[in-house]
Amino acid sequence: MSDALSLETVGLTKRFGAFTALDAVSIKVRAGSLHALLGENGAGKSTLVKCVMGYYHADDGDVLIGDRGQEIGSPRAAAALGLGMVYQHFTLVPNMSVAENLLLASGKVPAVVDWKAERAKMTRFMDSMPFRVPLDRPISALAIGEKQKVEILKQLYLDRRLLILDEPTSVLTPDEADEVLGFLRGLVDQGRLTIVMISHKLREIYAYAEEVSVLRQGKLVGAGRTADLAAPELTRMMVGVETLAQPAARAPKPAGDVVLDASGLVAADDRGRRALDGASLAVRAGEILGLAGVSGNGQRELVEILAGQRDPEAGAVKVHGERYAADRAAARKHKVVCLPEEPLKNASVPTMSVAENLALRRFDLAPMARGPWLSDGAIRRAAEKLIGEYRIRTRSPATPIAELSGGNVQRTVLARDLSEEIDLLVVANPCFGLDVKATAEIRAALVAQRNKGAAILLVSEDLDEILELSDRVAVIASGKIAYEAPIAAADRQEIGKRMVAH
Amino acid sequence: MDGDLGLWGVPLAIFAGAIRVSTPFLFVSLGECITEKAGRINLGLEGTLVFGAMAGYAISYNTGSPWLGVLAAALAGSLFGVLHGLICSLPKVNDVAVGIALMLLGTGLAFFFGKPYIQPKAPILPGFDLSFGLLPPRLAEAATINPLFLIGLAAAPILAWGFRNTRTGLVVRMVGDSGDAAKAVGIAAMPVRVAATAAGGFFAGIGGAFLSLYYPGSWNEALSSGQGLMAVALVIFARWNPVACVWAAFVFGGAGALGPALQSVGVTQGYYLFNAAPYLLTLVIMAVMCSRKQSLAGMPAELGIAR
Repeated sequence: MSDALSLETVGLTKRFGAFTALDAVSIKVRAGSLHALLGENGAGKSTLVKCVMGYYHADDGDVLIGDRGQEIGSPRAAAALGLGMVYQHFTLVPNMSVAENLLLASGKVPAVVDWKAERAKMTRFMDSMPFRVPLDRPISALAIGEKQKVEILKQLYLDRRLLILDEPTSVLTPDEADEVLGFLRGLVDQGRLTIVMISHKLREIYAYAEEVSVLRQGKLVGAGRTADLAAPELTRMMVGVETLAQPAARAPKPAGDVVLDASGLVAADDRGRRALDGASLAVRAGEILGLAGVSGNGQRELVEILAGQRDPEAGAVKVHGERYAADRAAARKHKVVCLPEEPLKNASVPTMSVAENLALRRFDLAPMARGPWLSDGAIRRAAEKLIGEYRIRTRSPATPIAELSGGNVQRTVLARDLSEEIDLLVVANPCFGLDVKATAEIRAALVAQRNKGAAILLVSEDLDEILELSDRVAVIASGKIAYEAPIAAADRQEIGKRMVAH
Repeated sequence: MDGDLGLWGVPLAIFAGAIRVSTPFLFVSLGECITEKAGRINLGLEGTLVFGAMAGYAISYNTGSPWLGVLAAALAGSLFGVLHGLICSLPKVNDVAVGIALMLLGTGLAFFFGKPYIQPKAPILPGFDLSFGLLPPRLAEAATINPLFLIGLAAAPILAWGFRNTRTGLVVRMVGDSGDAAKAVGIAAMPVRVAATAAGGFFAGIGGAFLSLYYPGSWNEALSSGQGLMAVALVIFARWNPVACVWAAFVFGGAGALGPALQSVGVTQGYYLFNAAPYLLTLVIMAVMCSRKQSLAGMPAELGIAR
């Protein structure tokens, strides 16, 4: 087994046109250490590691691997040096089996594959791992947490000496995250592996990393031993001097009526497998019900049913005690608003302008519509007002929404939907992929809606988010509600356990 | 007509017809299967098929060797594949639109160059009589099989094996399923897709040569009846599995042989309606297999018109 490699960047600079994504960044990662890379979205973390991995070519500066300067021209060259990376988006082939993925990842596939020998080798490898995944299962049939494990197993199978992990635990339950990170930490301690881990989660950074480098706007703004840096210090480095929006104080809870009452919902997913298997839940006015769960346990189908995108096979959805048809008329009547995950894909029309997207809920009502005609002026004026109120950063109201950053797309969608009067709000992963600032703003907006008396169903894969915002917590697992408790009685470990129990 | 066979002649004629009619379906669908596995859709195979038919017939006529004709058809098909592959590799180009353009180009060129070959009689491919003269003529005709059918029959399991057990096969599937994954191990998707589209054209060209050099065995402008287009539906029907392509081609071939078979026993009513059976089958299959609620299992993930 080969030994861990050190990594050093010296004055690494990368420009995209006039924009400097990485500005003379020098970091030092000791061989056999676990080094955390911290920073907001767009701070340059991904650009930095992609320069190291040969995806991008730096405009200036050097990369030293094991104390020797290296020209890394391609991911293949990086792999030859013993460098591996686990990306945030999966690089597994969905319709291929775990074994086929492991073989292909090596980049050294023989012209004709001797599956018997390969499988024997893989089985031996799997036996030496603390977590295992069936070799014959196609990737598309794995749960998202298992996929992440396969990504990591794949790198270990290839005998990497330096491993870069881009937010490796974002899809894992707390227990799974500890299992994976604990195991990797063990390999680091044995001197077999050096790890650079991009993460937002301070808890994991403090528990597993000995050193940390912080990036902001493409520059290195701080580095040091995690033992010497307090959490507020790290956060301040990461976001700079700007203050974060604080969640609005929770108004004392008035005993609201049940607004959403879903019972016995059964539905199949896109592949025809049963995704919802008799899920029932109720949300009252003025409360946030946080629904936790590992993705792929039916939450997507649940949100789609509430949004009218999917018909349940059985079960009933009632809003204000009436059967809810989930069409435009019913949503208006009952003041129901759905904020699906990935708003650019699911809640906006990417090629339409910001103004048009802001008008999607009201364009067919006066003053935006006069009979069959639309009033451009009214649409633009309404847009300008919302753009100002919600501080949406866009060149103009006529800019296509797809050109906005993720945070601003989410702000646009929130501006459109939260400016309505709301009785029931269904939100799914509202802060996924957003930076600390945008996240704080959006969470504050949700609490404000709750205080105004809206019933909110918050579906999220981020357990911290659920525990921070919810009045009640529920867990969905294998299409059923597996746990329900008021926030005061909710137990993190118990929730984690219920998330993976079958 | 030999009355001794009676109504038994119908299933027999359908079976024999299915073998003959299914061969072009089989080759085009195997080709499309390779192309789609790599993540591209080539709707231009209808044009490739027609051009292959013309090229095969012309070369056979000029050289006197039908097998050289088959080779020429396959090479011409590969050229069309390369063209489709390269154009689709340009940014912001849609494979479906390019496919339709190439379909029109292929048929147009075939008609243009094929004019002088409509009249002359070219040497055509031989058929094997598997009955060895032991059966009555009607049955012997059914047992006469073209070597190309056997080649196609053998190619299907070989392809299926190759997709699982060879580097080439695994790389093609990887590129078709996740361009990102391929990029991460340093495989450029573009050349693989161009090669897969060229291989697809190769097969479709052979399918065309079968039309002009065996059954019906002549070159004219009404030779193809949309086999190249239906092959796309057929690949979906076969769930991107080469072996299933054989069965799918056989079902479509059987449907195509229904009209002539019924006519041969004197059922002439609704002849054109029975001839429409393959198209009807295409519609029914698409309607049954495509669902608002489910995505297709086994579909290469990079495949799509939304990219």
